[in-house]
Amino acid sequence: MRAVGKLGFELAGILFTVVAFWIPFYFIIVNAGKDVPESSLLNLSLPSSFRFWENVKTVVEARDFMLIRAFFNSTVLTVVSIAILIVLCAMAGYVLQRRTDRATPVFNFLILAGLIIPPAIVPTIWVMDGIGIFKTLFGLVLVEVALGFPFAVLLYKGFMSVIPREVDEAAVIDGCGGLRLFFGIILPLLQPVTATVIVLSAVTIFNDFTNPLYFLPGSDNVTVQLTLYNFQSQYVTQYNLLFTNILLITLPPFVLFLIFNKRIVSGMTAGSVKG
Amino acid sequence: MNPIFKRTYSYLFLVPAAIIYFVIFILPTILSFFFSLTRWTLTEWEFIGLENFVTFFNEQSLSIGFKNTLIYAVVTSALKVVLGLLLGVLLTSKIRTKDYLRSVIFFPTLVSTIAVGIAFSMMMHPSQGIINTSLAAIGISGPDWLGDTRLALLSVALVDVWKGVGFATVIYIAGILSIPGEYYEALQIDGGNAWHKFWNIIVPLSRPATNSVIILAFIGGLRSFDLIWTMTKGGPGFTTDLIASIIYKQYQGGFYGLATAGNVILFLIVSALAFPLYTYLNRREVDL
Repeated sequence: MRAVGKLGFELAGILFTVVAFWIPFYFIIVNAGKDVPESSLLNLSLPSSFRFWENVKTVVEARDFMLIRAFFNSTVLTVVSIAILIVLCAMAGYVLQRRTDRATPVFNFLILAGLIIPPAIVPTIWVMDGIGIFKTLFGLVLVEVALGFPFAVLLYKGFMSVIPREVDEAAVIDGCGGLRLFFGIILPLLQPVTATVIVLSAVTIFNDFTNPLYFLPGSDNVTVQLTLYNFQSQYVTQYNLLFTNILLITLPPFVLFLIFNKRIVSGMTAGSVKG
Repeated sequence: MNPIFKRTYSYLFLVPAAIIYFVIFILPTILSFFFSLTRWTLTEWEFIGLENFVTFFNEQSLSIGFKNTLIYAVVTSALKVVLGLLLGVLLTSKIRTKDYLRSVIFFPTLVSTIAVGIAFSMMMHPSQGIINTSLAAIGISGPDWLGDTRLALLSVALVDVWKGVGFATVIYIAGILSIPGEYYEALQIDGGNAWHKFWNIIVPLSRPATNSVIILAFIGGLRSFDLIWTMTKGGPGFTTDLIASIIYKQYQGGFYGLATAGNVILFLIVSALAFPLYTYLNRREVDL
């Protein structure tokens, strides 16, 4: 009796995921393979002829290969932001965990504030405009770094506390300065957190919509999320192309998910549960 | 600390991060308090006192944002707590498909909000969308999910929950797995059933997970922008405008002082609710 009940439980779970999760994804995929009249019906039937490749070609070539430029921009944005985040946050986490003095509570408060407070949009634009980095990819990189800083620092600080201080002491006795200690010894030891920061930031920055919308307007230097947003109004009658675009944009996070599933989950839950 | 270590752990390591964080985040936050009191064109400003705030509270198309933002934050975080806890219990029980289930439920967290918003707008189409055609097949005439003024905000909130429940679930899984096994043994000796296990052990002892889910989901809900912007743009009328979408509309309209006042209001609401909530929840935490 119990075995039957458990089986029913499992089947109910699977049925739930089919209805709630598989159908939406299936819906996107089949409609990305249809032609215009069929996709405008918005139903779940299979396309009468599969047109994935034609649709992909049309979307990629649209507006003078805008999607290619967008993928390039998003890749540059993601890679450069992550590289800067790793070095700066690891350095900050290293000092903030090892040193406690009167300034410590101030730093902790500023980091907590960064996790909670919504960024002040227009003043940020004003400041960026003042130093000439508004509407530039570089400026957007700095925004992603500043907004990603609090969480990444907390991860690094948390991991620093498991690296024994004896490691530092031994290095200092052997004549290492702070710089060599950090880059030669500590940073390599932080590798597990670095991997987590890379995967989590990659997903967050690649999927970011709000910050490019505000800080990188204009059609020349769009990111992938902005192209999708613009296509939404451009392709009001060509749902098949809209779904193809969604499919292409979901591909990179999907690949990350297949490879790093466990690390993403453990990174996201890190620090949120004491235990 | 001895001087050698003061040099080893020099605050110079903090400088690059601190500069970026200060210039891009802290300085604009401080400036927002000043610019919210001005009529502002980005090149020049005129001090007008609290006029922007008065406008915000009096203009119905703006003040509706307070109510909507609170409803949105409360509904999404409450549903994420309840569903996340139930799914967390299910996925820590001894079922064979839990790896599969966890992956499927978690995946939407990683999909872009814009993509999710567009796909669900299509599925919620009043006559053709698959949600209403499926309901029609079993004899229910579905509502106009995004066009009905009383329903649209809740529809978007449900999509938010769909996308975010996987995150709540993995937090609960981590929380439930950290409950020591002795509690379950004690329960078995006392002859408790599955309900006792859920209500007397899992619910109170996964409290830290509950706190994290509430805080993260609630703050996320208050700041929410992209999903509502993709799905309704605040419409029909202003009925689904959140504070964040109002800020964007004022910014687009060139009302920079007003947009900044909106930012300051959001700042005050988030801090007024998030910091006390944080202290309150942490005080009531049960020690393991």
